[in-house]
Amino acid sequence: MSNRTTTAFVLILLLTLVALYLVLPIQHPEWITNLLFWQPEASRSLEFQRGLDLQGGLQVLLAPDLPAGQALPDGALQASQQIVENRVNALGLTEPLVQTRGSRNIIVELPGIADPEQAMDTIRGTALLEFIESSTNLLPGTPVTTTYGLSTEEATAAMALTTTQVYSTVMTGAELKDAYPSSDSQTGEWGVTFELQSTASAMFAQYTTDHLNRPLCIVLDKVVISCPTIRSAIPDGKGSISGNFTYEEANKLAIQLRYGALPVPLKIESYKAVGPTLGQTSVERSIRAGVIGLVIVFLFMIIYYRLNGVAAALALALYVLLNLLLYKLVPITMTLPGIAGFLLSAGMAVDANILVFERMKEELRRGRSLGNAAEAGFSRAWTSVRDSNLATLLTCVILFVFGNAFAASLVKGFAITLALGTVINLFTAIVVTRTFVRVAFGLIGDKALEHPWLLGI
Amino acid sequence: MINFVQQRRWFFIIAAGLVVLSLVALGVSQAIFGQALRISIDFTGGSLFVLQFQSPATEDGIRQVFEDQGLAGPIVQQLGTKDENLWQVRARFVSSDEASAIMNALDAQVGTVDRANSTVDTVDPTVGAEVTRTAGLAVLAAAVAVLLFIWYSFRRIPHAFRYGVASIVAMMVNVVVTLGFYTLMGILQGWEVNALFLTALLTVIGFSVQDVIVVFDRIRENIPRHRGEPFELIVNRSVMETVHRSLATQLNAMFVMIAILLFGGASIKPFIATMLVGMVSETFTSLCVAVPILVVWEERSQGGKPASAQATA
Repeated sequence: MSNRTTTAFVLILLLTLVALYLVLPIQHPEWITNLLFWQPEASRSLEFQRGLDLQGGLQVLLAPDLPAGQALPDGALQASQQIVENRVNALGLTEPLVQTRGSRNIIVELPGIADPEQAMDTIRGTALLEFIESSTNLLPGTPVTTTYGLSTEEATAAMALTTTQVYSTVMTGAELKDAYPSSDSQTGEWGVTFELQSTASAMFAQYTTDHLNRPLCIVLDKVVISCPTIRSAIPDGKGSISGNFTYEEANKLAIQLRYGALPVPLKIESYKAVGPTLGQTSVERSIRAGVIGLVIVFLFMIIYYRLNGVAAALALALYVLLNLLLYKLVPITMTLPGIAGFLLSAGMAVDANILVFERMKEELRRGRSLGNAAEAGFSRAWTSVRDSNLATLLTCVILFVFGNAFAASLVKGFAITLALGTVINLFTAIVVTRTFVRVAFGLIGDKALEHPWLLGI
Repeated sequence: MINFVQQRRWFFIIAAGLVVLSLVALGVSQAIFGQALRISIDFTGGSLFVLQFQSPATEDGIRQVFEDQGLAGPIVQQLGTKDENLWQVRARFVSSDEASAIMNALDAQVGTVDRANSTVDTVDPTVGAEVTRTAGLAVLAAAVAVLLFIWYSFRRIPHAFRYGVASIVAMMVNVVVTLGFYTLMGILQGWEVNALFLTALLTVIGFSVQDVIVVFDRIRENIPRHRGEPFELIVNRSVMETVHRSLATQLNAMFVMIAILLFGGASIKPFIATMLVGMVSETFTSLCVAVPILVVWEERSQGGKPASAQATA
């Protein structure tokens, strides 16, 4: 056995151990999860991400509901996405997803939600922007009760109750004319400049004069989004909010002020609600099916290719491990078609081994020595292995493009796992199996030729 | 050595028979449903309810609820065995309010729907149209990719055109047979052509092209090695040399797919079954259609003379 083979063998063993440790469903120390810098900081984890079909939940495709011919105002989709996201966050789910898609859609995914009908009402409802009087600077995200919509008597009654604090609403978003991010000409700091409707200017001027140096909290859907302090009276209905904002923060606040309510009405173009139990059953069944299928593949390879088959089976085990590891690391959201793509790729993964082993047998039948036959097998089969893997990758690219259509999004999961499997397969079937075969032949030597059944000739 | 190529007459008969059966299935489906392929809501838009009732339900009861809610002509179908109480309903696109009204009415009039084990899927026709467009694009891209791949693989072979045509005919037989199978299941089990079906088909096409190329590559390699042998013999030798690999690979993929079919979740069965049938038919067509076409063509053009003369170019 050459030094290179020994080194490769040791490295592969190390890789196996690391992968096994990371894949096992045990508690991993926090510093390991912190190493996953490419994952968003808030949701770094070493858990499998399960798609909606595997954990149940709701997927909704929203589109602006505009009269035919009316164009979507600039920024309206982004603003709507922002508002929908805030509402969804208020539902308190673990991993909600709200993103724009193309120029006219918003996708909302709420995994594991129990009541999809209520969630859809929440998403499409009209938001309420309020400015409330408070004695302290409330932290953003604090839920509050306000007097909005109550008559004076009701408000007094509500505020008399001491159990929950009721804040009085100074004005609502309807009084706001415009809001935009602006930078201070002296300090260069970002803030938000706003303008009020002329009808509200006088009232606001009076209020700010009376409540100087007191907080005025901005509340969206009864949740505090910002709590600036009144530094000076605002006589002409034009004021600004400062605070150590970055441009993004200022812009986000401006959008929330401008579009307290959704800038365009949204309609649901498509949605899918999957019961949570259904998903759980699917996971269990897929795992069982996968284990049975793979065990048969292991047995087949060992029975058909004997010694080589053992090397291939070990490489396949590493293949499975590496795939699972990447699903966790990247992370890749697992769906039923995704699992199918993975299992299929595992079944196909031995193709490269088979190509090599068949070549190897041919070389042995021509009377070559064991070592030569093995090397010739690997090098001569390489073109075929490369071509067939390239063809599969090409198929995956086409499928991935197809999967970009909303209603075909399940296809994407299949394409991704199949493609990933194909790439990993090049490593395990060539590098890993080759090392295992060299190690095995190095240990046994040409004695193996005296026992042809070992090689399955 | 088994004389594989000599059986070609039988292979052609079987292939033709399968194609005819598939076309018949498509015709029957057209006659029954007005659609040769039953297209799912993924492409057309509409709604699909899979409802798990907690007590036995009746088809008429379910249909009545949908019609009361203004959804004319829903297609109601029982899934699984009788005591599973699992039903599937297809109807036009419904808004979330309508869906919620339907669920409540089902609870009241038919039997409690177990929400945790049910799914509601509804697609606006415009969204469906987008999927159809992307699907068309994918099929077009696949066709171009297949042609380019074949052209690239055979670019240095004499009579590359024959190899190309033989591969494409084989692939088309495979596609028709897979479509036929799916249509048959559509008639028997109500399977509809959805995004995943197209995925299975495209994947199988990808594998099928590879398989043909492996055999043809071997033929090309063997022609200069066995000069003077009749073409038929060279081809036969090449098939025998590659058949182990083809069968071993297909078998492994099939083991996994059969395991998913038998033990996996129900919703993915049509997808896996399509892939499995496509793969079996692909193994057959690559060996028993593509190869014999090549032999017949080569022999017709040469009157059975050795192939080596022009194979050294």
